Amino acid sequence: MNLIEFFTSFPEMSAESLRLFKKSVDGAYRNFSAKYGDAIEAVFDPVLYFLVWFEKLLHNSPWPLVIFALLGLVYLGSRSIYLTIGSLFAFLFIGYFGMWDDTMSTVSIIGVCTALTIGFGIPVGILMSGSDRARAMITPILDVMQTMPSFVYLIPVVMLLGIGKIPGLLAVIIYAIPPVIRLTDLGIREVNKEVLEAADAFGANRMQKLFRVQLPLALPTIFAGINQTIMMALAMVVIASMIGVKGLGQPVLKAITNQYFTMGLLNGLAIVALAIIFDRVSQSYGKRMQQHRAGANE
Amino acid sequence: MSEIKIKIENLYKIFGPRARQYTNKVKGGIDKDELLAKYNHVLGLDDINLDIKEQSIQVVMGLSGSGKSTLIRHINRLIEPTEGTVLVDGEDITKLNKADLLEFRRNKTGMVFQRFALFPHHNILDNVQFGLSIKNLDKSESKDKAMYWIEKVGLTGFENKFPNQLSGGMQQRVGLARALAIDPDILLMDEAFSALDPLIRTDMQDQLLDLQKNLKKTIIFITHDLDEALRLGDRIAILNGGKLVQDGIAEEILLNPADDYVSNFVKDVNRIKVLKIGSIMNADGNKNESNPSVMIDESIENCLPAMLESESGLNVVDSEKNFVGVISKNNIAEILRKSKD
Repeated sequence: MNLIEFFTSFPEMSAESLRLFKKSVDGAYRNFSAKYGDAIEAVFDPVLYFLVWFEKLLHNSPWPLVIFALLGLVYLGSRSIYLTIGSLFAFLFIGYFGMWDDTMSTVSIIGVCTALTIGFGIPVGILMSGSDRARAMITPILDVMQTMPSFVYLIPVVMLLGIGKIPGLLAVIIYAIPPVIRLTDLGIREVNKEVLEAADAFGANRMQKLFRVQLPLALPTIFAGINQTIMMALAMVVIASMIGVKGLGQPVLKAITNQYFTMGLLNGLAIVALAIIFDRVSQSYGKRMQQHRAGANE
Repeated sequence: MSEIKIKIENLYKIFGPRARQYTNKVKGGIDKDELLAKYNHVLGLDDINLDIKEQSIQVVMGLSGSGKSTLIRHINRLIEPTEGTVLVDGEDITKLNKADLLEFRRNKTGMVFQRFALFPHHNILDNVQFGLSIKNLDKSESKDKAMYWIEKVGLTGFENKFPNQLSGGMQQRVGLARALAIDPDILLMDEAFSALDPLIRTDMQDQLLDLQKNLKKTIIFITHDLDEALRLGDRIAILNGGKLVQDGIAEEILLNPADDYVSNFVKDVNRIKVLKIGSIMNADGNKNESNPSVMIDESIENCLPAMLESESGLNVVDSEKNFVGVISKNNIAEILRKSKD
């Protein structure tokens, strides 16, 4: 009789112990954040200052100047006059429909996120490529970062740091950093073994091998990772707006809750336009870095 | 006459996680196949002893899997030996620490690879400069040196091209220039010409011999091609299953093969073309004033016409025109008969 009961209903822990378990973990974390929240927040202060400064710079500079600077970057990155003209129309459209300030906020947070993910992700990728043990340890963490629903890790981040730019920035980085780490690791591991042996034979040390052979040859792959990272960061804009990040995500959120179709569509299109510009620029920049693969028929 | 540059002594290499445990088994006479079947370890080199003379071309040959590429990588320690020593200029390089090993590779050895292994992201100039830039040499000095070697191998005008814009033969010239640019004493060539088509290969062999006349490097040349070995090698070492089965000059290998493996290897060689008069002449013969003379280091092939015209043979002279022996049709017939057996 007991046996049948065992097979039909899962032998779960009692509701009382489960409640106690959740309560104690929550309590411990709350104590932790009360104790160390300020200290941890202070760590991110420089990032916050920079982010605020950058956003203000974009907001307060005359818009034609900002457009000119952005188009300059687009042209330098892509060397394509068509993309530059297309970007000009996209920015004019955004400004004309009253989305200029939100767009600048989004550009600033995406810009800072990209810089941070590159600055943090590439060294981690290099570390992973150099040691199978590091790779075995980091890979599952990346899997969790990519598959854990973002709302779930938003809870502890908000508990710890409250609502605002920094938690939003962290949420975006957690979601967007895995591709650049994975593809840096892959790119370095894919470097031809014979070429590496040649570098060894000429007495190159580890750093010389890394900076003169491995990284340059892995660069196209790394750039594919950076491109993915930027795209994923843009995709997080709406979710980040839920915890107080200013930008194009907020009007989209507002549109969802109030069923403002046109408002949602316009801001959504602005995000798409930014995504296309970022994508094309970073892709063609990455492509230009592999000129040596152009082939013999030049 | 010339000094020993590289001395390899009792060198063993076993590939596998517990290599050291099995060296005694190998010394006890276990062979490559048995080691693999019983203990799942691969025998790379089995008690190699080889002296390489300064300024000579030492060819190492064998079929694939015979350990020749493993052996050459012990000379700049790209592969760590399981046991044994490799002395270069009397210094045991298997004992060098990390920093000294890098210095050794930067200054003493240049290496040329079978599949070129050029840096695809560098142009030809930067490829040739690679070894110099690793040494942090002054930029203009390193450029001058690189340009000198680019010119020497006949690639002037290509210095701004990328490797994949060049043909295989040209790429290997870059490989050769890259190795020579650091002015090493020792040039390691791992099947350097094997990936090239036959005409280009002969071309490159000529170029190497030509360069060697002035350079006088100690060259270790790996090949599986006997014709190439005979053409280039001052001495030829033959490996089989990680063992050194014979080391000698071309004539010794052809006339006195050490075992069946070597005689199999050399059975199709055109002896008339390769052998020199000196190795088959009769040194006790008497000079016949009416007969024409041939040089002692001439190939048999080159004196065949004179031989066929003469009734009683030819006089052999050395480079100072001193009489050293005679050669007759019988000497040649004997060689040809031997090679038929």
